[in-house]
Amino acid sequence: MKLARDTWLLFQRQFSLVLRNPVWIVVGIIQPLYYLFLFGPLLKKALQAQSNGELSSSDAYRFFVPGVLVQLAIFATFFVGFALISELRAGVIERTRVTPVSRLAMLLGRSLRDVVTLLFQCALITVLSIPLGLTGRLGDILLAFALLALIALMLSSLSYAVALKLRSEDALAPLLNTVGVPILLLSGILLPLTYAPHWLQNTAKFNPFSWAVDGARALFNGNPGDPNVWKSLVILSVLTLLSVVWAARSFAKSVR
Amino acid sequence: MMIETTALRKSFKTRGGTVDAVRGVDLAVADGEIFGFLGPNGAGKTTTLRMLATLIEPDGGEATVAGADLRNDPGEVRRRIGYVAQGGSTWDEVSAREELVLQARLYGIGKAEAQRRTQRALDAFQLTDFADRKCKTYSGGQRRRVDVALGIIHEPKIVFLDEPTTGLDPQSRAHMWDEVRRLRDEGVTIFLTTHYLDEADALCDRISIMDGGEVVAEGTPEDLKREISGDVVTLGMSGGIVDKAREVLDREPYTRWSEAVDDGVRLYVEAGATSIPHMLRSLDVAGIEPASIELHRPSLDDVFLAKTGRSLRES
Repeated sequence: MKLARDTWLLFQRQFSLVLRNPVWIVVGIIQPLYYLFLFGPLLKKALQAQSNGELSSSDAYRFFVPGVLVQLAIFATFFVGFALISELRAGVIERTRVTPVSRLAMLLGRSLRDVVTLLFQCALITVLSIPLGLTGRLGDILLAFALLALIALMLSSLSYAVALKLRSEDALAPLLNTVGVPILLLSGILLPLTYAPHWLQNTAKFNPFSWAVDGARALFNGNPGDPNVWKSLVILSVLTLLSVVWAARSFAKSVR
Repeated sequence: MMIETTALRKSFKTRGGTVDAVRGVDLAVADGEIFGFLGPNGAGKTTTLRMLATLIEPDGGEATVAGADLRNDPGEVRRRIGYVAQGGSTWDEVSAREELVLQARLYGIGKAEAQRRTQRALDAFQLTDFADRKCKTYSGGQRRRVDVALGIIHEPKIVFLDEPTTGLDPQSRAHMWDEVRRLRDEGVTIFLTTHYLDEADALCDRISIMDGGEVVAEGTPEDLKREISGDVVTLGMSGGIVDKAREVLDREPYTRWSEAVDDGVRLYVEAGATSIPHMLRSLDVAGIEPASIELHRPSLDDVFLAKTGRSLRES
Protein backbone atom coordinates (compact mmCIF):
# COMPACT_ATOMS: atom_id res chain seq x y z
CA MET A 1 0.00 0.00 0.00
CA LYS A 2 2.74 2.42 1.02
CA LEU A 3 4.79 1.16 -1.92
CA ALA A 4 1.93 1.82 -4.33
CA ARG A 5 1.33 5.31 -2.90
CA ASP A 6 5.01 6.26 -2.95
CA THR A 7 5.42 4.89 -6.46
CA TRP A 8 2.39 6.84 -7.67
CA LEU A 9 3.66 10.09 -6.12
CA LEU A 10 7.09 9.75 -7.70
CA PHE A 11 5.63 8.55 -11.01
CA GLN A 12 3.42 11.64 -11.18
CA ARG A 13 6.40 13.90 -10.63
CA GLN A 14 8.51 12.07 -13.19
CA PHE A 15 5.74 12.02 -15.76
CA SER A 16 5.01 15.71 -15.31
CA LEU A 17 8.70 16.39 -16.03
CA VAL A 18 8.27 14.62 -19.39
CA LEU A 19 5.09 16.51 -20.24
CA ARG A 20 6.74 19.83 -19.38
CA ASN A 21 9.53 19.27 -21.83
CA PRO A 22 8.23 19.96 -25.35
CA VAL A 23 11.49 18.71 -26.88
CA TRP A 24 11.04 15.29 -25.33
CA ILE A 25 7.50 15.04 -26.57
CA VAL A 26 8.41 15.94 -30.15
CA VAL A 27 11.43 13.63 -30.16
CA GLY A 28 9.38 10.85 -28.61
CA ILE A 29 6.83 11.05 -31.40
CA ILE A 30 9.18 11.65 -34.32
CA GLN A 31 11.72 8.94 -33.51
CA PRO A 32 9.38 5.99 -34.02
CA LEU A 33 8.20 7.52 -37.30
CA TYR A 34 11.75 7.44 -38.65
CA TYR A 35 11.85 3.68 -38.33
CA LEU A 36 8.49 3.28 -39.93
CA PHE A 37 8.85 5.57 -42.92
CA LEU A 38 12.60 5.75 -43.56
CA PHE A 39 13.51 2.13 -42.90
CA GLY A 40 10.29 0.15 -43.32
CA PRO A 41 9.97 0.50 -47.14
CA LEU A 42 13.62 -0.53 -47.57
CA LEU A 43 13.31 -3.60 -45.40
CA LYS A 44 10.07 -4.61 -47.06
CA LYS A 45 11.77 -4.67 -50.47
CA ALA A 46 14.81 -6.50 -49.08
CA LEU A 47 12.68 -9.19 -47.47
CA GLN A 48 10.53 -9.60 -50.56
CA ALA A 49 13.63 -9.93 -52.74
CA GLN A 50 14.99 -12.68 -50.50
CA SER A 51 11.76 -14.64 -50.58
CA ASN A 52 11.51 -14.34 -54.38
CA GLY A 53 8.47 -12.15 -54.13
CA GLU A 54 6.40 -14.66 -52.11
CA LEU A 55 6.30 -12.39 -49.08
CA SER A 56 3.25 -10.14 -49.01
CA SER A 57 3.35 -6.59 -47.71
CA SER A 58 1.47 -7.74 -44.63
CA ASP A 59 4.03 -10.49 -43.96
CA ALA A 60 6.85 -8.00 -44.23
CA TYR A 61 5.30 -5.66 -41.69
CA ARG A 62 4.50 -8.52 -39.33
CA PHE A 63 8.20 -9.29 -39.40
CA PHE A 64 9.40 -5.73 -39.34
CA VAL A 65 7.12 -4.00 -36.80
CA PRO A 66 7.76 -6.30 -33.81
CA GLY A 67 11.51 -6.00 -34.47
CA VAL A 68 11.32 -2.23 -34.56
CA LEU A 69 9.25 -2.20 -31.37
CA VAL A 70 11.83 -4.30 -29.52
CA GLN A 71 14.62 -2.13 -30.82
CA LEU A 72 12.78 0.98 -29.69
CA ALA A 73 12.18 -0.63 -26.28
CA ILE A 74 15.91 -1.28 -25.95
CA PHE A 75 17.12 2.12 -27.07
CA ALA A 76 14.44 4.24 -25.45
CA THR A 77 15.09 2.77 -22.02
CA PHE A 78 18.75 1.85 -22.08
CA PHE A 79 19.91 5.46 -21.70
CA VAL A 80 17.47 6.72 -19.05
CA GLY A 81 20.31 6.65 -16.51
CA PHE A 82 21.52 9.95 -17.92
CA ALA A 83 18.53 11.76 -16.48
CA LEU A 84 19.26 10.19 -13.12
CA ILE A 85 22.80 11.55 -13.11
CA SER A 86 21.51 15.09 -13.52
CA GLU A 87 19.03 14.41 -10.70
CA LEU A 88 21.91 13.21 -8.53
CA ARG A 89 23.72 16.44 -9.26
CA ALA A 90 20.65 18.54 -8.46
CA GLY A 91 20.39 16.83 -5.07
CA VAL A 92 16.86 15.51 -5.54
CA ILE A 93 17.94 11.89 -5.05
CA GLU A 94 19.57 12.69 -1.74
CA ARG A 95 16.56 14.71 -0.66
CA THR A 96 14.29 11.76 -1.40
CA ARG A 97 16.61 9.31 0.32
CA VAL A 98 16.33 11.07 3.69
CA THR A 99 12.54 10.77 3.57
CA PRO A 100 10.94 7.48 4.65
CA VAL A 101 9.85 6.87 1.05
CA SER A 102 10.19 3.29 -0.19
CA ARG A 103 13.49 2.70 -2.00
CA LEU A 104 11.71 0.41 -4.46
CA ALA A 105 9.29 3.26 -5.20
CA MET A 106 12.24 5.53 -6.02
CA LEU A 107 13.07 3.07 -8.78
CA LEU A 108 9.55 2.13 -9.89
CA GLY A 109 8.31 5.73 -10.05
CA ARG A 110 10.98 6.36 -12.66
CA SER A 111 10.89 3.02 -14.47
CA LEU A 112 7.12 3.07 -14.84
CA ARG A 113 7.37 6.51 -16.39
CA ASP A 114 9.79 4.96 -18.90
CA VAL A 115 7.43 2.03 -19.52
CA VAL A 116 4.43 4.30 -20.09
CA THR A 117 6.23 6.60 -22.52
CA LEU A 118 7.59 3.58 -24.40
CA LEU A 119 4.18 1.92 -24.70
CA PHE A 120 2.78 5.16 -26.05
CA GLN A 121 5.45 5.21 -28.76
CA CYS A 122 4.87 1.53 -29.53
CA ALA A 123 1.13 2.08 -29.85
CA LEU A 124 1.82 4.92 -32.25
CA ILE A 125 3.97 2.73 -34.49
CA THR A 126 1.52 -0.15 -34.39
CA VAL A 127 -1.48 1.99 -35.28
CA LEU A 128 0.34 3.77 -38.09
CA SER A 129 1.44 0.42 -39.50
CA ILE A 130 -2.10 -0.80 -39.99
CA PRO A 131 -2.75 1.24 -43.16
CA LEU A 132 0.63 0.01 -44.43
CA GLY A 133 -0.52 -3.57 -44.25
CA LEU A 134 0.02 -4.76 -40.68
CA THR A 135 -2.62 -7.15 -39.43
CA GLY A 136 -2.97 -8.97 -36.12
CA ARG A 137 -5.30 -9.89 -33.25
CA LEU A 138 -5.68 -7.33 -30.46
CA GLY A 139 -5.11 -9.91 -27.71
CA ASP A 140 -1.86 -11.11 -29.25
CA ILE A 141 -0.62 -7.58 -29.74
CA LEU A 142 -1.42 -6.67 -26.14
CA LEU A 143 0.61 -9.68 -25.01
CA ALA A 144 3.45 -8.46 -27.21
CA PHE A 145 3.13 -5.09 -25.48
CA ALA A 146 3.48 -6.84 -22.12
CA LEU A 147 6.73 -8.27 -23.43
CA LEU A 148 7.86 -4.79 -24.44
CA ALA A 149 6.91 -3.44 -21.01
CA LEU A 150 9.11 -6.10 -19.39
CA ILE A 151 12.04 -5.11 -21.60
CA ALA A 152 11.54 -1.45 -20.70
CA LEU A 153 11.28 -2.15 -16.98
CA MET A 154 14.34 -4.37 -17.02
CA LEU A 155 16.57 -2.06 -19.05
CA SER A 156 15.56 1.15 -17.31
CA SER A 157 16.26 -0.50 -13.93
CA LEU A 158 19.67 -1.61 -15.13
CA SER A 159 20.38 1.82 -16.55
CA TYR A 160 19.49 3.49 -13.24
CA ALA A 161 21.54 1.01 -11.23
CA VAL A 162 24.59 1.54 -13.43
CA ALA A 163 24.11 5.33 -13.32
CA LEU A 164 24.06 5.21 -9.50
CA LYS A 165 27.33 3.27 -9.59
CA LEU A 166 29.17 5.39 -12.16
CA ARG A 167 27.73 8.83 -11.37
CA SER A 168 29.15 10.41 -14.49
CA GLU A 169 27.84 10.82 -18.01
CA ASP A 170 31.36 10.44 -19.34
CA ALA A 171 31.61 6.91 -17.99
CA LEU A 172 27.99 5.94 -18.66
CA ALA A 173 27.85 6.72 -22.39
CA PRO A 174 30.67 4.44 -23.61
CA LEU A 175 29.60 1.64 -21.27
CA LEU A 176 26.00 1.64 -22.48
CA ASN A 177 27.06 1.81 -26.11
CA THR A 178 29.51 -1.05 -25.71
CA VAL A 179 26.82 -3.24 -24.20
CA GLY A 180 23.97 -2.00 -26.37
CA VAL A 181 25.38 -2.55 -29.83
CA PRO A 182 26.06 -6.32 -29.57
CA ILE A 183 22.67 -6.77 -27.92
CA LEU A 184 21.07 -5.14 -30.94
CA LEU A 185 23.13 -6.97 -33.54
CA LEU A 186 22.55 -10.35 -31.91
CA SER A 187 18.82 -9.95 -31.51
CA GLY A 188 17.82 -10.60 -35.11
CA ILE A 189 15.89 -7.38 -35.10
CA LEU A 190 16.98 -6.06 -38.46
CA LEU A 191 17.41 -9.36 -40.29
CA PRO A 192 16.39 -12.84 -39.15
CA LEU A 193 19.25 -14.78 -37.56
CA THR A 194 18.48 -17.75 -39.82
CA TYR A 195 20.95 -16.14 -42.24
CA ALA A 196 23.68 -16.12 -39.57
CA PRO A 197 26.46 -18.75 -39.31
CA HIS A 198 25.99 -21.37 -36.60
CA TRP A 199 28.34 -19.92 -34.02
CA LEU A 200 26.55 -16.58 -34.27
CA GLN A 201 23.16 -18.24 -33.89
CA ASN A 202 24.43 -20.09 -30.82
CA THR A 203 25.75 -16.87 -29.30
CA ALA A 204 22.42 -15.16 -29.96
CA LYS A 205 20.65 -17.85 -27.89
CA PHE A 206 22.22 -16.20 -24.83
CA ASN A 207 20.74 -12.84 -25.79
CA PRO A 208 17.39 -12.44 -24.03
CA PHE A 209 16.33 -9.87 -26.61
CA SER A 210 16.72 -12.37 -29.39
CA TRP A 211 14.10 -14.46 -27.57
CA ALA A 212 11.98 -11.35 -27.12
CA VAL A 213 12.08 -10.61 -30.85
CA ASP A 214 11.10 -14.18 -31.71
CA GLY A 215 8.28 -14.07 -29.16
CA ALA A 216 6.99 -10.73 -30.40
CA ARG A 217 7.11 -11.90 -34.03
CA ALA A 218 5.16 -15.04 -33.18
CA LEU A 219 2.52 -12.89 -31.49
CA PHE A 220 2.24 -10.46 -34.40
CA ASN A 221 1.91 -13.47 -36.69
CA GLY A 222 -1.05 -14.73 -34.67
CA ASN A 223 0.75 -17.70 -33.06
CA PRO A 224 0.40 -17.14 -29.29
CA GLY A 225 0.96 -20.90 -28.84
CA ASP A 226 4.47 -20.71 -30.30
CA PRO A 227 6.96 -21.86 -27.58
CA ASN A 228 9.00 -18.71 -28.19
CA VAL A 229 6.15 -16.72 -26.66
CA TRP A 230 6.10 -18.31 -23.22
CA LYS A 231 9.86 -18.79 -23.22
CA SER A 232 10.49 -15.12 -23.91
CA LEU A 233 7.96 -14.05 -21.27
CA VAL A 234 9.56 -16.31 -18.64
CA ILE A 235 13.14 -15.31 -19.49
CA LEU A 236 12.33 -11.61 -19.44
CA SER A 237 10.24 -11.84 -16.26
CA VAL A 238 13.12 -13.46 -14.38
CA LEU A 239 15.70 -10.99 -15.69
CA THR A 240 13.40 -8.06 -14.98
CA LEU A 241 12.90 -9.21 -11.40
CA LEU A 242 16.66 -9.50 -10.87
CA SER A 243 17.29 -6.07 -12.39
CA VAL A 244 14.60 -4.41 -10.28
CA VAL A 245 15.95 -5.96 -7.08
CA TRP A 246 19.48 -4.89 -7.92
CA ALA A 247 18.46 -1.35 -8.84
CA ALA A 248 16.25 -0.88 -5.77
CA ARG A 249 19.18 -1.96 -3.60
CA SER A 250 21.36 0.59 -5.37
CA PHE A 251 18.85 3.32 -4.51
CA ALA A 252 18.93 2.21 -0.88
CA LYS A 253 22.69 2.09 -0.67
CA SER A 254 24.01 4.72 -3.03
CA VAL A 255 26.84 6.46 -1.21
CA ARG A 256 27.98 10.07 -1.56
CA MET B 1 19.13 14.64 24.38
CA MET B 2 18.21 15.08 20.73
CA ILE B 3 21.40 13.46 19.47
CA GLU B 4 23.89 11.28 21.31
CA THR B 5 26.78 9.58 19.59
CA THR B 6 29.66 7.50 20.86
CA ALA B 7 32.79 6.76 18.87
CA LEU B 8 31.14 7.30 15.48
CA ARG B 9 33.55 6.33 12.71
CA LYS B 10 33.65 6.34 8.93
CA SER B 11 36.42 5.69 6.42
CA PHE B 12 36.31 5.86 2.65
CA LYS B 13 38.35 3.85 0.22
CA THR B 14 39.88 5.97 -2.49
CA ARG B 15 42.45 5.24 -5.14
CA GLY B 16 45.16 6.63 -2.88
CA GLY B 17 44.18 4.33 0.02
CA THR B 18 41.82 4.55 2.97
CA VAL B 19 40.79 7.94 4.28
CA ASP B 20 39.56 8.09 7.87
CA ALA B 21 36.98 10.82 7.38
CA VAL B 22 35.49 10.58 10.87
CA ARG B 23 37.44 8.92 13.65
CA GLY B 24 35.48 8.46 16.82
CA VAL B 25 33.11 11.36 17.31
CA ASP B 26 31.21 11.75 20.59
CA LEU B 27 28.41 14.28 20.55
CA ALA B 28 25.53 15.37 22.72
CA VAL B 29 23.01 17.79 21.25
CA ALA B 30 20.30 19.07 23.59
CA ASP B 31 16.65 19.62 22.66
CA GLY B 32 15.89 23.02 21.17
CA GLU B 33 19.41 24.32 20.67
CA ILE B 34 21.29 25.51 17.62
CA PHE B 35 24.29 23.25 17.54
CA GLY B 36 27.13 24.15 15.21
CA PHE B 37 29.82 22.02 13.72
CA LEU B 38 32.76 24.31 12.99
CA GLY B 39 35.79 23.23 11.04
CA PRO B 40 37.72 23.62 7.82
CA ASN B 41 36.70 21.85 4.60
CA GLY B 42 37.52 18.16 4.82
CA ALA B 43 37.30 18.07 8.63
CA GLY B 44 34.58 15.41 8.51
CA LYS B 45 31.60 17.64 9.27
CA THR B 46 29.49 16.68 6.27
CA THR B 47 30.33 12.98 6.65
CA THR B 48 29.19 13.04 10.28
CA LEU B 49 26.01 14.86 9.29
CA ARG B 50 25.29 12.37 6.51
CA MET B 51 25.73 9.47 8.90
CA LEU B 52 23.31 11.02 11.39
CA ALA B 53 20.83 11.64 8.55
CA THR B 54 20.95 7.91 7.53
CA LEU B 55 22.53 8.69 4.16
CA ILE B 56 25.68 6.70 4.83
CA GLU B 57 26.25 3.85 7.23
CA PRO B 58 28.79 4.35 10.01
CA ASP B 59 31.68 1.88 10.15
CA GLY B 60 31.56 1.88 13.92
CA GLY B 61 30.08 3.54 16.98
CA GLU B 62 26.57 4.16 18.23
CA ALA B 63 24.11 6.98 17.78
CA THR B 64 20.63 7.91 18.89
CA VAL B 65 18.90 10.58 16.83
CA ALA B 66 15.61 12.11 18.02
CA GLY B 67 15.10 9.09 20.25
CA ALA B 68 15.57 6.47 17.52
CA ASP B 69 18.56 4.18 17.16
CA LEU B 70 20.51 5.06 14.04
CA ARG B 71 21.78 1.57 13.28
CA ASN B 72 18.75 -0.52 14.14
CA ASP B 73 15.96 1.80 13.10
CA PRO B 74 17.06 4.21 10.35
CA GLY B 75 13.47 4.33 9.04
CA GLU B 76 12.26 5.87 12.29
CA VAL B 77 15.18 8.32 12.28
CA ARG B 78 14.13 9.43 8.76
CA ARG B 79 10.57 10.07 9.92
CA ARG B 80 11.79 12.32 12.75
CA ILE B 81 14.52 14.37 11.09
CA GLY B 82 14.85 16.90 8.31
CA TYR B 83 17.99 17.24 6.25
CA VAL B 84 19.10 20.07 4.00
CA ALA B 85 22.09 19.21 1.85
CA GLN B 86 24.81 21.62 0.85
CA GLY B 87 24.27 21.64 -2.90
CA GLY B 88 20.53 22.19 -3.26
CA SER B 89 17.67 19.77 -3.65
CA THR B 90 15.14 20.92 -6.24
CA TRP B 91 14.17 20.01 -9.80
CA ASP B 92 14.74 22.97 -12.12
CA GLU B 93 11.45 22.67 -13.97
CA VAL B 94 9.22 22.47 -10.90
CA SER B 95 7.87 25.25 -8.67
CA ALA B 96 8.50 25.65 -4.94
CA ARG B 97 4.84 24.95 -4.23
CA GLU B 98 4.88 21.66 -6.14
CA GLU B 99 8.12 20.66 -4.45
CA LEU B 100 6.77 21.36 -0.97
CA VAL B 101 3.53 19.48 -1.58
CA LEU B 102 5.38 16.44 -2.94
CA GLN B 103 7.87 16.51 -0.08
CA ALA B 104 5.09 16.59 2.52
CA ARG B 105 3.30 13.75 0.74
CA LEU B 106 6.47 11.65 0.72
CA TYR B 107 6.25 11.75 4.51
CA GLY B 108 2.79 10.23 4.30
CA ILE B 109 0.84 13.47 4.75
CA GLY B 110 -2.52 13.67 2.94
CA LYS B 111 -3.08 15.98 -0.02
CA ALA B 112 -5.19 18.66 1.68
CA GLU B 113 -2.93 18.85 4.73
CA ALA B 114 0.14 18.94 2.49
CA GLN B 115 -1.29 21.95 0.65
CA ARG B 116 -2.09 23.73 3.93
CA ARG B 117 1.41 23.15 5.26
CA THR B 118 2.92 24.25 1.98
CA GLN B 119 1.10 27.58 2.14
CA ARG B 120 2.23 28.04 5.74
CA ALA B 121 5.85 27.29 4.84
CA LEU B 122 5.71 29.59 1.79
CA ASP B 123 4.47 32.42 4.01
CA ALA B 124 6.95 31.75 6.79
CA PHE B 125 9.92 31.68 4.44
CA GLN B 126 8.64 34.62 2.37
CA LEU B 127 8.41 32.55 -0.79
CA THR B 128 4.79 33.24 -1.64
CA ASP B 129 5.47 35.86 -4.34
CA PHE B 130 7.23 33.40 -6.62
CA ALA B 131 5.88 30.11 -5.27
CA ASP B 132 4.48 29.10 -8.64
CA ARG B 133 7.52 29.95 -10.73
CA LYS B 134 10.01 27.26 -11.73
CA CYS B 135 12.84 26.75 -9.25
CA LYS B 136 15.44 27.46 -11.91
CA THR B 137 14.35 31.11 -11.93
CA TYR B 138 15.15 31.64 -8.22
CA SER B 139 18.12 33.48 -6.80
CA GLY B 140 20.66 31.64 -4.62
CA GLY B 141 19.10 32.93 -1.42
CA GLN B 142 15.56 32.05 -2.54
CA ARG B 143 16.64 28.52 -3.51
CA ARG B 144 18.31 28.05 -0.17
CA ARG B 145 15.11 29.08 1.61
CA VAL B 146 13.14 26.58 -0.48
CA ASP B 147 15.68 23.90 0.50
CA VAL B 148 15.23 24.67 4.19
CA ALA B 149 11.43 24.81 3.84
CA LEU B 150 11.58 21.34 2.22
CA GLY B 151 13.61 20.13 5.20
CA ILE B 152 11.01 21.18 7.77
CA ILE B 153 7.70 20.65 5.92
CA HIS B 154 6.97 17.48 7.91
CA GLU B 155 7.66 19.28 11.20
CA PRO B 156 10.69 17.26 12.29
CA LYS B 157 12.09 17.43 15.81
CA ILE B 158 15.53 18.19 14.46
CA VAL B 159 16.82 19.58 11.18
CA PHE B 160 20.32 19.18 9.81
CA LEU B 161 21.61 22.10 7.75
CA ASP B 162 24.82 21.46 5.85
CA GLU B 163 26.56 24.82 5.35
CA PRO B 164 23.29 26.73 5.06
CA THR B 165 24.90 30.04 4.12
CA THR B 166 27.82 29.01 1.92
CA GLY B 167 27.75 30.98 -1.32
CA LEU B 168 25.10 33.45 -0.16
CA ASP B 169 25.49 37.22 -0.30
CA PRO B 170 25.59 39.04 3.08
CA GLN B 171 21.92 40.01 2.96
CA SER B 172 20.68 36.49 2.18
CA ARG B 173 23.01 35.22 4.84
CA ALA B 174 21.48 37.49 7.50
CA HIS B 175 18.05 36.43 6.28
CA MET B 176 19.00 32.75 6.68
CA TRP B 177 20.25 33.36 10.23
CA ASP B 178 16.87 34.85 11.08
CA GLU B 179 15.10 31.80 9.63
CA VAL B 180 17.30 29.47 11.68
CA ARG B 181 16.63 31.39 14.88
CA ARG B 182 12.91 31.44 14.14
CA LEU B 183 12.91 27.67 13.76
CA ARG B 184 14.77 27.29 17.06
CA ASP B 185 12.21 29.57 18.73
CA GLU B 186 9.47 27.30 17.38
CA GLY B 187 11.13 24.42 19.22
CA VAL B 188 13.06 22.75 16.40
CA THR B 189 16.57 21.60 17.25
CA ILE B 190 19.07 22.77 14.63
CA PHE B 191 22.29 20.97 13.81
CA LEU B 192 24.34 22.93 11.30
CA THR B 193 27.82 22.85 9.87
CA THR B 194 29.79 25.90 8.96
CA HIS B 195 33.29 27.00 8.23
CA TYR B 196 32.49 30.61 9.06
CA LEU B 197 33.73 31.72 12.48
CA ASP B 198 31.29 34.60 12.75
CA GLU B 199 28.38 32.32 11.91
CA ALA B 200 29.33 29.83 14.61
CA ASP B 201 29.83 32.68 17.07
CA ALA B 202 26.69 34.66 16.35
CA LEU B 203 24.19 31.93 15.51
CA CYS B 204 25.04 28.83 17.53
CA ASP B 205 24.12 28.13 21.13
CA ARG B 206 26.79 25.49 21.32
CA ILE B 207 29.54 24.39 18.96
CA SER B 208 31.88 21.51 18.34
CA ILE B 209 35.13 22.31 16.64
CA MET B 210 36.13 19.55 14.27
CA ASP B 211 39.48 18.97 12.67
CA GLY B 212 40.92 15.95 10.91
CA GLY B 213 37.87 13.79 11.64
CA GLU B 214 37.89 14.47 15.37
CA VAL B 215 36.15 16.85 17.75
CA VAL B 216 38.87 19.01 19.25
CA ALA B 217 36.70 21.27 21.43
CA GLU B 218 33.07 21.56 22.46
CA GLY B 219 31.04 24.11 24.37
CA THR B 220 29.25 27.43 24.04
CA PRO B 221 31.18 29.98 22.00
CA GLU B 222 31.57 32.02 25.21
CA ASP B 223 32.94 29.09 27.23
CA LEU B 224 35.38 28.15 24.51
CA LYS B 225 36.68 31.67 24.29
CA ARG B 226 36.91 31.91 28.08
CA GLU B 227 38.92 28.69 28.11
CA ILE B 228 41.57 30.56 26.19
CA SER B 229 41.14 33.26 28.90
CA GLY B 230 42.80 36.59 29.05
CA ASP B 231 43.47 38.71 26.01
CA VAL B 232 45.14 38.41 22.66
CA VAL B 233 47.77 40.91 21.62
CA THR B 234 48.85 40.98 17.99
CA LEU B 235 52.16 42.69 17.31
CA GLY B 236 52.83 43.56 13.70
CA MET B 237 56.43 43.24 12.52
CA SER B 238 58.43 42.07 9.55
CA GLY B 239 58.92 38.32 9.21
CA GLY B 240 62.68 38.41 9.86
CA ILE B 241 62.40 39.48 13.50
CA VAL B 242 59.37 37.41 14.50
CA ASP B 243 61.44 34.58 15.96
CA LYS B 244 63.63 36.93 17.95
CA ALA B 245 60.59 38.78 19.33
CA ARG B 246 58.96 35.53 20.38
CA GLU B 247 62.17 34.49 22.13
CA VAL B 248 62.11 37.70 24.14
CA LEU B 249 58.39 37.65 24.92
CA ASP B 250 58.18 33.95 25.81
CA ARG B 251 60.50 34.68 28.78
CA GLU B 252 58.07 37.25 30.22
CA PRO B 253 55.87 36.16 33.17
CA TYR B 254 52.59 37.50 31.68
CA THR B 255 52.94 35.48 28.44
CA ARG B 256 50.84 32.31 28.33
CA TRP B 257 51.97 31.36 24.86
CA SER B 258 52.80 32.94 21.55
CA GLU B 259 52.18 32.11 17.89
CA ALA B 260 53.84 33.34 14.74
CA VAL B 261 51.20 34.70 12.36
CA ASP B 262 51.31 36.55 9.05
CA ASP B 263 53.50 39.60 9.52
CA GLY B 264 53.80 39.37 13.28
CA VAL B 265 53.36 37.63 16.59
CA ARG B 266 50.17 36.72 18.37
CA LEU B 267 50.51 36.69 22.12
CA TYR B 268 48.05 35.20 24.61
CA VAL B 269 48.29 37.07 27.89
CA GLU B 270 46.42 37.29 31.22
CA ALA B 271 45.59 40.97 31.02
CA GLY B 272 46.35 42.85 27.84
CA ALA B 273 46.07 46.43 29.06
CA THR B 274 48.65 46.06 31.83
CA SER B 275 51.10 43.87 29.95
CA ILE B 276 51.43 45.99 26.81
CA PRO B 277 53.76 48.57 28.43
CA HIS B 278 56.02 45.76 29.73
CA MET B 279 55.95 44.14 26.34
CA LEU B 280 57.05 47.31 24.55
CA ARG B 281 59.84 47.88 27.05
CA SER B 282 61.23 44.35 26.71
CA LEU B 283 61.11 44.58 22.93
CA ASP B 284 62.77 47.99 23.03
CA VAL B 285 65.64 46.57 25.12
CA ALA B 286 66.06 43.87 22.48
CA GLY B 287 66.06 46.52 19.76
CA ILE B 288 62.72 45.52 18.27
CA GLU B 289 60.09 48.06 17.38
CA PRO B 290 56.69 46.64 16.40
CA ALA B 291 54.98 48.29 13.44
CA SER B 292 51.54 47.95 15.01
CA ILE B 293 49.94 46.71 18.16
CA GLU B 294 46.41 45.43 18.58
CA LEU B 295 44.55 44.17 21.64
CA HIS B 296 41.43 42.02 21.34
CA ARG B 297 39.35 39.44 23.12
CA PRO B 298 39.95 35.84 21.97
CA SER B 299 37.86 34.83 18.96
CA LEU B 300 36.82 31.34 17.92
CA ASP B 301 39.73 31.44 15.53
CA ASP B 302 42.02 31.78 18.56
CA VAL B 303 40.27 28.76 20.05
CA PHE B 304 40.83 26.85 16.82
CA LEU B 305 44.45 27.94 16.72
CA ALA B 306 45.00 26.94 20.33
CA LYS B 307 43.47 23.49 19.75
CA THR B 308 44.95 22.64 16.38
CA GLY B 309 48.01 24.83 16.00
CA ARG B 310 46.56 26.24 12.76
CA SER B 311 44.35 29.14 11.96
CA LEU B 312 40.95 28.31 10.52
CA ARG B 313 41.37 31.22 8.12
CA GLU B 314 44.44 29.61 6.61
CA SER B 315 43.05 26.10 6.25
